[in-house]
Amino acid sequence: MSEPTATPSPPTGPPLWLLLELTYRCPLHCVFCYNPTDFTQVGRELETGEWLRVLEEARALGSVQLGLSGGEPLARDDLETIVAAAHRLGFYINLITSGVGLTEPRLQALKEAGLDHIQLSFQDSTRQMNDFLSSTRTFELKSHVAALIRKYRYPMVLNVVLHRLNIDHVEDILGMAERMGAEYVELANTQYYGWAWRNRGQLLPSRAQLRRAEEATARFRERVGARMRIFFVVPDYFETRPKPCMNGLGRIFLSIAPDGIALPCQAARMLPGLTFPSVREASIRSIWYESPAFNRYRGEGWMKEPCRSCPERGRDFGGCRCQAYLLTGDPANADPVCDLSPHHHLVTEAVMRAERDVTARPVEEPLVFRDHRSRGARE
Amino acid sequence: MSLVNTSARPAIGGGFRLQWEPAQEAHVLLYPEGMVKLSHSAAAILTRCDGERTVADIVADIERAYSATGLSADVYAFIELALEHSWVELRP
Repeated sequence: MSEPTATPSPPTGPPLWLLLELTYRCPLHCVFCYNPTDFTQVGRELETGEWLRVLEEARALGSVQLGLSGGEPLARDDLETIVAAAHRLGFYINLITSGVGLTEPRLQALKEAGLDHIQLSFQDSTRQMNDFLSSTRTFELKSHVAALIRKYRYPMVLNVVLHRLNIDHVEDILGMAERMGAEYVELANTQYYGWAWRNRGQLLPSRAQLRRAEEATARFRERVGARMRIFFVVPDYFETRPKPCMNGLGRIFLSIAPDGIALPCQAARMLPGLTFPSVREASIRSIWYESPAFNRYRGEGWMKEPCRSCPERGRDFGGCRCQAYLLTGDPANADPVCDLSPHHHLVTEAVMRAERDVTARPVEEPLVFRDHRSRGARE
Repeated sequence: MSLVNTSARPAIGGGFRLQWEPAQEAHVLLYPEGMVKLSHSAAAILTRCDGERTVADIVADIERAYSATGLSADVYAFIELALEHSWVELRP
């Protein structure tokens, strides 16, 4: 079969970035979590020795950036062992944590084991956000963990996921981040996968909310200068070109799920018609280079129009396969975020519904907020 | 105006790590969630930024290693760039 517009794909390079989702267990219940909604059906977690073998094999292939995530990675009591092994192998190790369970003895052990970097994520539910904003328990916990992170000479990096119910509080969120000594703050708008996809109708902000949040962020930046660097990630539903998701599936990123299933993106398990290999049954080398699942969306041969002949296909790789699948039912379609996609209206209609919902129920969030604040004052 | 004087002792910046990557056949500089693949000449300079050698030492060392002269301006320019990116910091 000829593919006239597809250029030959370059040879596949190594999986430079390795993400281990050590567990789906988590003390939190975030509405925006991208973990699979059927995560309780996921099989038995890998054992310590299996994770160590994954690290060795991936490192031998050239993996060098390591993310340790979940779920809450601190729920694994062998985290220190995994970090120590990764450090010996020469990985640069990033821990992505809610901070729940990050005690001083554990942080000290992780530092000694060679952990390079910590990203403290802000868990969110309306209650926890309110606790945070009203200086109650959640804020105390975060501040305590933030102080520990600074004490052990890590840069204090805070990640907050934004959505309709908290985006109006950006100024307060940044103020609290400043008070807890954050040096870097990432305000990441929710991406709609997993639980967030299920809750999209309640989470997608309106354009006006987004604009106010960006303006508040700009004012804050001006005030704090270089003391605190703020990254604001716009939700891609408001864009007209898709994100270069994972820099192309199977190009640099390899994720291993808690049960050992290897994925070219944490969310890719949802993609239909693919059998993702398990590290329990195959080597990382054969998974990365040879498995049909990892080769399926490499290069450009899989693309349909308008991507196939698009001059921008080498820049955004047609966007996100999961988003194309969730919105159109076919992962080989252009990501509907792109305004060249014949399905772009699915995105703009979702945004329009959000506009309507936000206008119809403008006071929902502040009412909850006040209620909780008054409870906080009584404590 | 140069930020760097000859007696400054550059060292790899906090949070960064320099290492040789056989799979990429290159030195890389690693930092949180990112990586810079270094050219041969950038690696020649950064591997000498150990907090012990002064910038003058580094220039002399590289000129000796490559049997060359007149590399001073290039080394200074690169160290200033590296300072801007926080790849190195200066020790007194």
